[in-house]
Amino acid sequence: MMKRKNFLKIENLKSGYSNNIVIRDLSFGVTKGSFTGIIGPNGSGKTTLFKSITGELSLIDGDIFLNDDCISNMLTRQKAQKIAIVTQNTDAVDIPVEDYVLMGRYPYRKKLQLFETKEDFKIAHRFMKLTGVLKFKDKLMNELSGGEQQLVAIAKALTQEPALLLLDEPTSHLDISHQMQILNLIQKFNEEFDLTVLMIIHDLNLAAEFCDYLIMMDDGNIFSEGSPEEVLTYTNIEEVYKAVVITQENRITKKPSILLVSNKTLNQIK
Amino acid sequence: MNSKYIKQIFFILAMFVLLLFVAFLALSIGEINFTLTELITIFKNKSGIEYTIINNIRLPRIILGIAVGGALSLSGVILQGVYRNPLVEPYTLGISGGASLGVAVTIIFNLNLIIGVYMLPLSGFIGAVITTFLVYILAVRKNYYNINKMLLIGVMISFMSSSAMMFLMSTTTTENLNSIVFWIMGSLDEPNTVLVKAVFYISLAGLGISYLLANPLNALRLGESKAKHLGVNTTFTIRSLFILASVLTGISVSVAGVIGFVGLIIPHLLRLIIGSDNRILLIASFLGGSIFILISDIIARTIIAPNELPIGVITGMIGGLVFIIVMSRSKMKV
Repeated sequence: MMKRKNFLKIENLKSGYSNNIVIRDLSFGVTKGSFTGIIGPNGSGKTTLFKSITGELSLIDGDIFLNDDCISNMLTRQKAQKIAIVTQNTDAVDIPVEDYVLMGRYPYRKKLQLFETKEDFKIAHRFMKLTGVLKFKDKLMNELSGGEQQLVAIAKALTQEPALLLLDEPTSHLDISHQMQILNLIQKFNEEFDLTVLMIIHDLNLAAEFCDYLIMMDDGNIFSEGSPEEVLTYTNIEEVYKAVVITQENRITKKPSILLVSNKTLNQIK
Repeated sequence: MNSKYIKQIFFILAMFVLLLFVAFLALSIGEINFTLTELITIFKNKSGIEYTIINNIRLPRIILGIAVGGALSLSGVILQGVYRNPLVEPYTLGISGGASLGVAVTIIFNLNLIIGVYMLPLSGFIGAVITTFLVYILAVRKNYYNINKMLLIGVMISFMSSSAMMFLMSTTTTENLNSIVFWIMGSLDEPNTVLVKAVFYISLAGLGISYLLANPLNALRLGESKAKHLGVNTTFTIRSLFILASVLTGISVSVAGVIGFVGLIIPHLLRLIIGSDNRILLIASFLGGSIFILISDIIARTIIAPNELPIGVITGMIGGLVFIIVMSRSKMKV
């Protein structure tokens, strides 16, 4: 079956802040069920793009469609039923893990409904089990490690039962074992639940390994998009990141892997 | 319903029983002490000097204590939630400063002769409304997206009204100075039962309204942008809660003066005991504030009887002490 292209469609997006227009004219589509990565240097507009999708920034021009529905016409609650986001950190708070995950049911709450339904608990527990955090149920968020907190945040996002999951550098300050654990998990959900994933990630090797499609941004525009092999060439990377790298094939996964070269070594070679 | 909620509802019931017990103590303890059976006969007969003491002096005081304690504590828990800042209390945003300034102006210019007993509370309330309005115009409307800016503007307005008041106090007569200081220290002694009833019903209504916003307030614990991602209309929620907390504080201050510490420590203590879920915390704080004020008032009016200490002395002393002990023993992270 052909996967639905343009499940998320960005059309001529212009967005940014009143004194700093970051994105001037951006268009692209995200295929349903894909695991798409957004890469690019700091300030290239990745986070502005996410903020435009979530509605934190209002669009100056252009449109964003999810499944043909215009996002800016959706109520925030409706949008929260379709789009969930996991950010870099969880702002560790004194909330028990179970309550934190149950917050994911907020968009489904009826007016004047004070407490969660049995169904809400069932859904929250299911995703806590799948992410392996059910055992922390009664612990407070700020008693968990950074990696565990991120797993809880993912459980909360999944509890929203979204069609689109946005991840904003979900692994940026975790050790490699937690990085792998989290990305493996997301990959599993992406495949098993046909969940469309759009992820901002700085680590190019992880991007190559986990994403099936990459969008490389530079200065608010798309510099290159396609499969990891097409995008992560050393010429692309050197031009966008202004850094010297070597790309080679990972012998096991056949995905591109990027190696860095320091200035000192570079001078020695010269 | 989930079992953890049942446990918390029992906790609320226990607090309610405790409040009834403390209210009974407050009725029976005083210059003349009454036992429970004596109280019952007094209420049956509805006559005599004892009935006058109970019905006209102690009962209004208790009702006002419940209302003011509840309102201040509720206001504190709401503002701490909105600002995600544990040091915020009902007076941080300048409401007490504004109310005090209003009262000081009234006393100094002898305006209280105009409409009699209602003038002091009215001028206090007007002062509170003006400062709230200023904070709202300067901060909430324009910078609602920057909650810390809003807090800072509130603090600055608070400082400015304090300075204005110090100026007034330094230029006035000793007699006026005494009245102002006496008012600022706060007291539950309010002879006008209409005012007492008004504060009581408004604070109960405030508690009811706060529950309409309990879930959005819960989501705000994650921070403003994460709450937005969950579909919370954060702008509306923050504005409504800000106004609600201001009204609660305004009516308390204008009738009972500036009674400190309740709005700061009661929410903290209860958060330590039952967690940060506002669906439980809101009513628990209300009840806790009422209990705390009643106990403080019993002590304030008996410890150096027949004279009376300002209640703020007791709330500050006991409150601060209990708070330090509890905090140093617990693993609370501020």
